[in-house]
Amino acid sequence: MVNNMWDPVIGLEIHVQLKTQSKIFSAASTDFGADQNTQACAIDLGMPGVLPVLNEQAVKMAIKFGLAIGANISNNSIFARKNYFYPDLPKGYQISQYETPIVEGGSIDIMVDKNIKTINITRAHLEEDAGKSIHDIYSKETAIDLNRAGTPLIEIVSEPEMKNAIEAVQYLKNIHSLVRYLDISDGNMQEGSFRCDANISLMKRGSDVLGTRAEIKNINSFKFVENAINYEIQRQSEILDQDKQVVQETRLYDPTKNETRPMRSKEEANDYRYFPDPDLLPVAITPDLINSIKSDMPELPSVKRKRFKDQYSLNDYDTQILTSNRELSEYFENVISNTKLNPKSAANWIITEVLALANKSNISVQEYPVSYDNLQALLLNVHDEIISNKQAKNVFERMWNNGENAQDIIDKEGMKQISNTDELNKIVDNIIKNNYKSVEEYQNGKDKLLGFFVGQVMKETQGKGNPKLINQILKEKLKK
Amino acid sequence: MHNKTVSELIKAIEKKEVSSLELTNHFLDRIKKLDSNLNSFITLTEEQALDKAKKIDKEISKGVLKPLSGIPLAQKDIFCTKGIKTTCGSKMLDNFISPYDATVVEKLNHAGMIVIGKTNMDEFAMGSSNETSFFGDVRNPWDKDYVPGGSSGGSAASVAARLIPCSTGTDTGGSIRQPASLTGICGIKPTYGRVSRFGMIAFASSLDQAGVFTRTAEDSAILLTHISGYDPKDSTSSRKPVPDYVQECLKEFKPITIGIPTEFLDGLDNKVREVFDDNIKILEKDGCKVKKISLKSSKLGVSAYQVVAPAECSSNLSRYDGVRFGYRAEDVENIEELYKKSRSDAFGAEVKRRILIGTYALSAGYYDAYYLKAQKIRKIISNEFEDAFKEVDLILGPTAPDTAFKLGEKTNDPIAMYLSDVFTVSTNLAGLPAMSIPMGFKNKLPLGLQIIGNHFDESKILALAHHYQKLTDWHTKVPEEYGE
Repeated sequence: MVNNMWDPVIGLEIHVQLKTQSKIFSAASTDFGADQNTQACAIDLGMPGVLPVLNEQAVKMAIKFGLAIGANISNNSIFARKNYFYPDLPKGYQISQYETPIVEGGSIDIMVDKNIKTINITRAHLEEDAGKSIHDIYSKETAIDLNRAGTPLIEIVSEPEMKNAIEAVQYLKNIHSLVRYLDISDGNMQEGSFRCDANISLMKRGSDVLGTRAEIKNINSFKFVENAINYEIQRQSEILDQDKQVVQETRLYDPTKNETRPMRSKEEANDYRYFPDPDLLPVAITPDLINSIKSDMPELPSVKRKRFKDQYSLNDYDTQILTSNRELSEYFENVISNTKLNPKSAANWIITEVLALANKSNISVQEYPVSYDNLQALLLNVHDEIISNKQAKNVFERMWNNGENAQDIIDKEGMKQISNTDELNKIVDNIIKNNYKSVEEYQNGKDKLLGFFVGQVMKETQGKGNPKLINQILKEKLKK
Repeated sequence: MHNKTVSELIKAIEKKEVSSLELTNHFLDRIKKLDSNLNSFITLTEEQALDKAKKIDKEISKGVLKPLSGIPLAQKDIFCTKGIKTTCGSKMLDNFISPYDATVVEKLNHAGMIVIGKTNMDEFAMGSSNETSFFGDVRNPWDKDYVPGGSSGGSAASVAARLIPCSTGTDTGGSIRQPASLTGICGIKPTYGRVSRFGMIAFASSLDQAGVFTRTAEDSAILLTHISGYDPKDSTSSRKPVPDYVQECLKEFKPITIGIPTEFLDGLDNKVREVFDDNIKILEKDGCKVKKISLKSSKLGVSAYQVVAPAECSSNLSRYDGVRFGYRAEDVENIEELYKKSRSDAFGAEVKRRILIGTYALSAGYYDAYYLKAQKIRKIISNEFEDAFKEVDLILGPTAPDTAFKLGEKTNDPIAMYLSDVFTVSTNLAGLPAMSIPMGFKNKLPLGLQIIGNHFDESKILALAHHYQKLTDWHTKVPEEYGE
């Protein structure tokens, strides 16, 4: 697809809506989906004489993010006004941060071809979201909904260190996972809580001079980001192959046509006339505040991955998937907690069976119809060899689809184990009689053979024998 | 009644010599009779005022007496008043009715005051003569061919003509002190952050500060005590506790050291210089030490101010776009046209001039040369004041270079107009408190004495002003027509 002459250089600007109760500079609610303009107060409307007051929760969330990526937290960050006219921007300026953002530096690791690559983050700053212009309500006029105006955002700016769409998506996914781990955003991409701008340019292979970039605005799904970047790489390489110049411009990605098209060129670009907002004081952050946020930090994905590997002996692939979101990792740990379940087999179960059904119905962990304790009960049955793995898969599907309880299904279907001692005694006697040689070996110290005998009994009982009882009887009868 | 000061009226109400309703009616009548020549009011709030006066009288009859119960007041039309039109002197807000009260309004209402009306002002507080108002010029009660100063021209003229015992104002570069000087009354601009800016329509946010007009220093102290204090709705308001300014102002005066910046006197009009010198002699004779000081960079004040203030205003006034409130142009094809037509129709020439200057000063490639440089000058001016206050308690000078000028005299020369703020802008740039009190006359027009204090030294300023008013009687002078 890409001509060999060009290396893509990709940087992302990610806008993350913070999960605060109220807006960044007013007391209006940030809930999504309310009736139009019912969650915009005088401050959000930019009425004459009103003043912004900074929401401390938003600052704390930004600090939390900064600490999670190992960034420097500025103790004197400044809010600036970004001036431009737009009907859904009530004040005629957006309050953002310009020269001194709250979060500077930091990095995040991504997995590329089973290797770890570090993507550096330039900065993350606090700002307010704009309202929404709605063009399809009236035929000739545009409607304005200011519910979103003033919703707190952090804008996370990466270094241009990604080489292709896959890396960019991986980076985006890791940031998405991180903000959800930190519980600072719901990350809902359909509702616009998590969206990104991609800066893409091509550099001649072997050169160190960056090419002219295009910025693709407001992409709101992982798939679209991937498609948009690939389209843009293709488009730019075609231009450069013909010895033409890429125009520096802002472009829009159209998912229905899978193409990007120009929005405005550099010449038409706004001069935002940034200057420090005189209505707000510099954000002073004390070491005490930072320490209290540190002590309140959840386990981060990178730390959790390492722990899963060490504590549960899981491989990179398993840990990567299980820690891809906080809820899934918690689901996994809840399933195996306080049990004899083997973490690896539980992980396999979740990754293959659970995620397969979850992906099919496209639902999140919180919406799983099978609770972790119900899955735990099922897996314990497997572990205790009360039912086979194969049986368990069928049981699980019924649990998922009909909301039935594991034990109920097992009982109802007569999968229940044989716990009748007399019956088991008879079977064991028979097996000892027919495997005389193995009995001798066992008695001579080859303890491992116990499993063989258990297996034989299970076979005889069609898997329904109570393994605990079988073990007990076998051990007794095999004594010299 | 209208010759009584606020402090005297408080006593009269307390002693039930007069009811709130009587007072309200008295001042309403006076305004109706005398304001047509002055044009100091944009809106009279007769109905609300009478209702409130009746309510206050009822309270008083039940023994409930608030600190300012029943005292009439005029609000500068820059302060948002719930349910009452707030125009800011502009066609842009001719139809604007605020759903909230400014904190200053709320506080004075809470103290029992009665708002009689909203006073005329330069459009969006941009002007030094009250000639930029959409609602017409305000005249100086001392001579109606002359301007009352600006931007709080209506607030100053109405107090000078005794149409109201006191009024509020705002001061971004001198908009309280200069009109106080030109109309012969007291006007105080407190320290930046002393009074909440919430609900006060912004001109230049880092310079704007609310204050009051009265006839005596004591009255200023009374009102200032009530409007000051931290407001959670204004992040730039100070958490410093508010002293009882009245007590501070009335307590026994101990002689202090006064600084006089040579830069304020260089090239000053002879007569103004003479009046000023006479007053300094009075204070010197009374025991104050007088020291010549230098504020070298204060001469750069107007230039720095004319970058910072327009820069901030260009951004602050972006919200007037015809989309959500205020004037909206009809018959437009698209949003661009709506912006252009609404703003072209509804902003006056001076406002447009400042938006243009400010937009230019903030533009890419000019920011460093203008805005940043102006901020540096601002810092230098602050530092010079800081150094000066290590040696002196207060700094004195004339408030304005001269008396009031004639209507139309400077309207075609913006630079000359801007220079009438030459002695006042530096204190806004440094965020310092300052007050103008009457100090004499030149050609039958009043002159003001400016008292500048260190940050949060309002008490010292008021104490000197009050003491001075015991030594002199300039503050008791009244324009002939409005005396009886």
